Amino acid sequence: MVLEGIPAPVWGIGLLLLLMPALASNFVLFQIFGWSFILGTIALSLMVLAGYGGMVSLIQMTVAALAGYVVAILGTSGVPQISLGWPWWLHIPLAILIATLFGTLVGTLAVRTEGIYTIMITLAIAAAFFYFTRQNYGIFNGYTGFNNVVPPTLFGVDWRQPVPFYYLTLGCATLSYLAVVWMARTPFGLALQGVRDNPRRMSALGFSVTAHRILAYAFASVIAAFGGILLVWQNAQVVPGTAGIPQVIDILVIAVVGGLKRPIGPFIRALIYALLSVFSSDILLAFGMSGERFKLVIGLGFLAVVFFSRMACSGCGALDASAWSATAAT
Amino acid sequence: MMPSVAGRLNAAGSANALELRGVTRMFGALAALTDVTINVRPGERRAVLGSNGAGKTTLFNCITGDFPPTSGTIRFFGEDMTNFPPHERIRRGLRRTYQISALFTGLSVLDNVYLACRGVSRGRFSLIRPRTGDALLQSAESLIEAVHLQDVRHRLVGELSHGQQRQLEIALALAGAPRFILFDEPAAGLSPKERAELIEILTSMPKHIGFIIIEHDMDVALRVVESVTMLHNGRIFKEGPPEEIESDGEVQELYLGGGHG
Repeated sequence: MVLEGIPAPVWGIGLLLLLMPALASNFVLFQIFGWSFILGTIALSLMVLAGYGGMVSLIQMTVAALAGYVVAILGTSGVPQISLGWPWWLHIPLAILIATLFGTLVGTLAVRTEGIYTIMITLAIAAAFFYFTRQNYGIFNGYTGFNNVVPPTLFGVDWRQPVPFYYLTLGCATLSYLAVVWMARTPFGLALQGVRDNPRRMSALGFSVTAHRILAYAFASVIAAFGGILLVWQNAQVVPGTAGIPQVIDILVIAVVGGLKRPIGPFIRALIYALLSVFSSDILLAFGMSGERFKLVIGLGFLAVVFFSRMACSGCGALDASAWSATAAT
Repeated sequence: MMPSVAGRLNAAGSANALELRGVTRMFGALAALTDVTINVRPGERRAVLGSNGAGKTTLFNCITGDFPPTSGTIRFFGEDMTNFPPHERIRRGLRRTYQISALFTGLSVLDNVYLACRGVSRGRFSLIRPRTGDALLQSAESLIEAVHLQDVRHRLVGELSHGQQRQLEIALALAGAPRFILFDEPAAGLSPKERAELIEILTSMPKHIGFIIIEHDMDVALRVVESVTMLHNGRIFKEGPPEEIESDGEVQELYLGGGHG
């Protein structure tokens, strides 16, 4: 069972999160936790590639934004002359499919490179996507993008209300997390870690290293696509800046800073990031500084994460991937 | 074009296990191997000897496809695999071990062997976790017993002794249904007791599995093989049965008595 791989502290956190709507304000639920779960999910998709596959891909935020764009284009938005108004059961799966195909295609190009070149080629494609969406008005509505992109009303629930949206993002983040925990101990996941550690040896064991890496991109793209749709719903809009270079870098920071070993890491750092983003201008004002310098606080915060990452992000020490063993069941 | 199944079976039945014809490998202007022609019968066990830089490991890298030959052909049980990627060669029954252990040190012994078993069977991309009693897990367990590592099978490979890691190298090469194995200095760094165990493992392998072994330790090499190929400066210098090679004056001068360290 997947649940065997999850350490006790995570169970405790899970229970606390389930009860959170009884404790926290709507603002905290929607703006802090909702956003953290979404950023954490997108960053998790990068953690899969970088942590298990050894491939630092900067395309994950773009994959997420593309899924959001497809939802806006095929579903409904405030731009009826472009949006097709297809029903949710059609446009959501299509959005995930299209974003996954795109991410896999980028992966197919990127796996031919290593290290810094992977970063460069994915960054180049991310930048190209940003400028393309900004200049293309026929499909992506250029600079303005799409507003009024909201989740469908299902089961009589407005999913953009704080509490339903909280549970929606929590559910999606949890499923993504469990999928990654599960994957890490499957033959696919074990082999992916083998490819990361010694690709030449893996091909000498009969594995096609290229195929394995490309499929890792496909797996990660599905997760990023879910995150992207939620992000667009939360903002109720998708614009070129949804996947601008600063956003791409934010995802990199959330996924990578402080270690790549544990799939819970991106969520913890996404929460830190959301808290700092939302409250840093207040902190600065309290010290008599300009609130516009909030990026300074975020930067310092992440420096602290790097210095104290052993304590801050590995409090759940048992989360170390090598401590889990599928084969321990025998 | 793909030959028919019957054609391939016929070819495999009558062919040599390994057939190198005129294999040359250049690194820039340097010829690491020059016009090497070797035929190894199915089940045959052969040593490749030669001083450092003679081209022994390059020979292995050409056969496995890590460095494809610059010219020449390589046939494996009749099938021309000169241009196959490494993993396709492995899936056809070729195996190798490495001079310097190339293991997954962050994974357990069992996971390492399980990966090796998975690499040559279906379900490499499977998202289903192996259950207790899984056939591949069981074959991994029996391979671990075959190389005497059952007591450490849940330990991380990085924690094993050098000798144990060498034994694990061999277990990885035995995964699946190997037809031919390339051993690259399996005895390097082993204690006398571990060498005895290695000889025992090599001689107790099923008779139909042939191998080529690169080994500087003559006591190991000449005890487990029936033929020897001597390489010198990337060319074949001598071929013959062990006793003939051992007593050959030229060979002794070049290699055995040559103060090799």
